[in-house]
Amino acid sequence: MKFVNLFKIAMKALLRNKMRAFLTMLGIIIGVAAVITMVAIGQGSKKSIQDQLSSMGSNMITIRPQSNQTVGGGARLDASSVQSLKLEDVTAIGKQAQHISALSPAVTSRGQVIYAGNNWPTTIQGVYPDFLTIRDWPLKDGILFSDENENNAAKVCLLGQTVVENLFTSGEDPVGKIIRFNKIPFKVIGVLAEKGENAFGQDQDDIVVAPFSTVQKRILAITWVQNIYASATNESATDDAVDEISTILRTQHKLKRGDQDDFMVRTQAELINTFSSTSQLLTVLLTAIAGISLVVGGIGIMNIMYVSVTERTKEIGLRMSIGARGIDILLQFLVEAILISVTGGIIGVLLGILAAQLITTFLSWPTLVSQSSIVLSFLVCAITGVFFGYYPAQKASRLDPIEALRYE
Amino acid sequence: MPKLILEVTDLKREFRMGAEIVRALKGVHFTVEAGEFVTIMGSSGSGKTTLLNILGCLDKPTSGVYNLDGVNVSNLSRNELAQLRNRKIGFVFQSYNLLARTSALENVELPLYYNSEVSAKQRYDRSIKALEAVNLGDRLHHLPNQLSGGQQQRVAIARALVNDPVMILADEATGNLDSRTSYEIMALMQDLNQQGKTILFVTHEPDIASFSSRTIMLKDGKVIRDSKNENIRSAKEVLASLPVSEDY
Ligand SMILES: Nc1ncnc2c1ncn2[C@@H]1O[C@H](COP(=O)(O)OP(=O)(O)O)[C@@H](O)[C@H]1O
Ligand SMILES: [Mg+2]
Repeated sequence: MKFVNLFKIAMKALLRNKMRAFLTMLGIIIGVAAVITMVAIGQGSKKSIQDQLSSMGSNMITIRPQSNQTVGGGARLDASSVQSLKLEDVTAIGKQAQHISALSPAVTSRGQVIYAGNNWPTTIQGVYPDFLTIRDWPLKDGILFSDENENNAAKVCLLGQTVVENLFTSGEDPVGKIIRFNKIPFKVIGVLAEKGENAFGQDQDDIVVAPFSTVQKRILAITWVQNIYASATNESATDDAVDEISTILRTQHKLKRGDQDDFMVRTQAELINTFSSTSQLLTVLLTAIAGISLVVGGIGIMNIMYVSVTERTKEIGLRMSIGARGIDILLQFLVEAILISVTGGIIGVLLGILAAQLITTFLSWPTLVSQSSIVLSFLVCAITGVFFGYYPAQKASRLDPIEALRYE
Repeated sequence: MPKLILEVTDLKREFRMGAEIVRALKGVHFTVEAGEFVTIMGSSGSGKTTLLNILGCLDKPTSGVYNLDGVNVSNLSRNELAQLRNRKIGFVFQSYNLLARTSALENVELPLYYNSEVSAKQRYDRSIKALEAVNLGDRLHHLPNQLSGGQQQRVAIARALVNDPVMILADEATGNLDSRTSYEIMALMQDLNQQGKTILFVTHEPDIASFSSRTIMLKDGKVIRDSKNENIRSAKEVLASLPVSEDY
């Protein structure tokens, strides 16, 4: 039999019972729409986390101290109490590393900033000017501090937008003004561009940036470095840069073969991966739930097809009596099942895309409808149709024509 | 000498019902030539339907030989039988067996869907011609439930004709119809027979059998009488002599 004929026969049989065809489809429609929407939510949150993390500077490398001693039951000492990083390490990395383009030590302290009666609790970060290059963070106004400022531990600073808004409430220009951080006067020489929230929901603009030595010596009065930030020359060089930095630091710290690192080098890519894998898990879970509803939809098809075969026994007998072969009957029911599942699939995909749009519009959750989820759920649909349609179709094709004709 | 369409020799059909064996046909012999109009008569349970189903290639005999249009049907596979039913046989049933919610035209087109040599255009043209042949040219798009019993049976006859079969098999085709409508169907059958179609018509009403050229009488699965009709009545004349019904 010609395929067009088969298609027409199946189509007509479905149209003869539109309501039932639609209800059968509904299971598939809901299943597919659920898969598309759930995957879109999962992918969307993953994408937005990735975007936010890479907005922190995609080539950024973070070096943190880490204890290589274990206490008691094997727990490591708290990182903040470890003092393994020194400014000499920064100098050594700066001299020897080939794969980094910017480098800065960092120390932070919390405190109170005051200007003209306005009071604001914030964080001060002591860094080299390179820090802003690493973070991909331009100045909005004013100038960066100089090497001389660094050498003199000069009391100059740059303000983040949030700090500006809370201190300079009357809208005056902060540049050139004197503010106090924990009673120490700082001259504002620049204002940072607005950065927004980071991936963890922290306000990145709630910050005062000052020369490294100023914060280290004048505010914290410590001799060590809390963090080191570096920028790899490009994204593909980050792994090499990490290896290089590790080697340099191990030599600096005179660690022997077999000794554990007393520092930790993290790339932004690793951070992205950590977060991606959590949202990956979310995606998998959501997809699994949605997948189950797709299977339920498939069982619905099978159920209806079985009912349909029984109900249409006489029709099958008639078709056989006018010359339909077993294979013609089998294919007819199979094509009917596939038509139901594929049409349901198409409607489900459209509905899923629409639902994702609505979720973004009304709940402002990020969603991303991926092509692979469309293709995949579509394939699953077709396979569902074949799989769940096959047994009822086979049952129909094996009917005896006379028995079928006599069926009431 | 006219061509033999049908040739059955010692045809037997047994049904197994648990431990019991029902012998529906106990050795049936006869031949049918092209162009004959044969009625198969007999009381209920005499084996008429069983015989017709075998002749229509819907069923296989337990033993015996059946040649249809020169082909020994006993040796054919299920698929080959389906092909035979499609090309050589037109079946008409007592209960019409039209597809519900499907127009007269689409019902008639059905057999041609299973014939891949027929194009969509041919399918349409031939179906319309078949419907015109049964005087339903103005009811092409009516659904079965919009047609009277007689009209539904005529759609079924058009469906049996559309593949241009060598013979038409009818099983109690007038069984559900009133006598006037039955005569209309018989008039149609006589017309088709006149045009050269071989017809085997199962009925238990002697009245109906009088329109055919030959009667085969079955009893308990055996042929007890096989005779030519001496005076064949014309269904048209009978119709004309009937008083005009008030229903019309
Ligand atoms: N599928 C079947 N299984 C068992 N017995 C059957 C079957 N079909 C017909 N018979 C029996 O065969 C005999 C002839 O039946 P049938 O050909 O239908 O008679 P008719 O059409 O002349 O009324 C009956 O006794 C009937 O019970
Ligand atoms: Mg019968």
